[in-house]
Amino acid sequence: MTSTDTSMDDARALDGPFYIGGTKFVSRLIVGTGKYESNQIMVDAIRASGAEMVTVAVRRVDLDRSKDEAILHHLDPQDFFLLANTAGCYTADDAVRYARLARAAGFNEFVKLEVIGDERTLLPDVHATLEAAKTLADEGFKVMAYTNDDLITALRLEDVGCVAVMPLASPIGSGLGVVNPYFIREIKARLKVPVIVDAGVGTASDACVTMEQGVDGVLMNTALAAADDPVRMSHAMKHAVVAGRLAYLAGRMPSSEIAVPSSPIEGMLD
Amino acid sequence: MTPDTSIDIQLNGKRQSFGAGHTVTTLLEALELHPGMVVVELNREILDRENYDAIKVVQDDMIELVHFVGGG
Repeated sequence: MTSTDTSMDDARALDGPFYIGGTKFVSRLIVGTGKYESNQIMVDAIRASGAEMVTVAVRRVDLDRSKDEAILHHLDPQDFFLLANTAGCYTADDAVRYARLARAAGFNEFVKLEVIGDERTLLPDVHATLEAAKTLADEGFKVMAYTNDDLITALRLEDVGCVAVMPLASPIGSGLGVVNPYFIREIKARLKVPVIVDAGVGTASDACVTMEQGVDGVLMNTALAAADDPVRMSHAMKHAVVAGRLAYLAGRMPSSEIAVPSSPIEGMLD
Repeated sequence: MTPDTSIDIQLNGKRQSFGAGHTVTTLLEALELHPGMVVVELNREILDRENYDAIKVVQDDMIELVHFVGGG
């Protein structure tokens, strides 16, 4: 272990593990596997991030073998908890079909449910998401639902049986950071299931601010894959997520627009 | 080709010919795919891996072979 890793262990000792659908996780950073320049960089970046849960997509096998895109050739499913997504689905029926295909791969019952409603913003279709979430939860899936930063939808998703609700920080792949920290805090305050902020984080400070809202975790892909140096950014994100979490747990000082001296005002010389 | 010796199926969205008499297992072998690495959907129904040996591939079947790829 390097000294950096030891300090990371010390930091994690100040935070408990958390549970999603009954499964224990220590790392509050969940990472995607898409858009990396090479499979080797992806694997190195994911290892550097310390993430335990990684997302994958379900797609047709390329029968021409033009690309070595099978993720399981590169990531050992013994080492990571695979969270299959329904990315690219625009209807509840499609999302349910992709979720069932993912479950048939035989790793776990979890699915990252994503039903997109608009191509330009990739904002979720929350009605279709709710419909698919209900169907899948009734079939025994452990649904982690990507959704808008909308409290009412988040509450409904919990009601239909989602094991985690995942409001966006800002649009997928935008790197705009948390655009509405108030709504994220309110969602976290009102839900019993874990709240994972999914999408929109651009750099380490965004991840830190996200975690400072008190949410259980953060999920990101492009912030790592599209960084100039994904492995270095993954290290940064690992620390930023821990920093934000500990700052939240520590409870920040009150902010003031008037300066407050740090040294005694008594005892000054004449 | 006569209907006895070959069949046409819709495989991952493309019309393709195969010799008649394939099971799902032998089709995956012909495509050099490891059964543990793919999920097979036949005419919109997901197949259990235990049944691959028993299920015959017939004319006009619609087969989707999917796997996990990188995604967020």
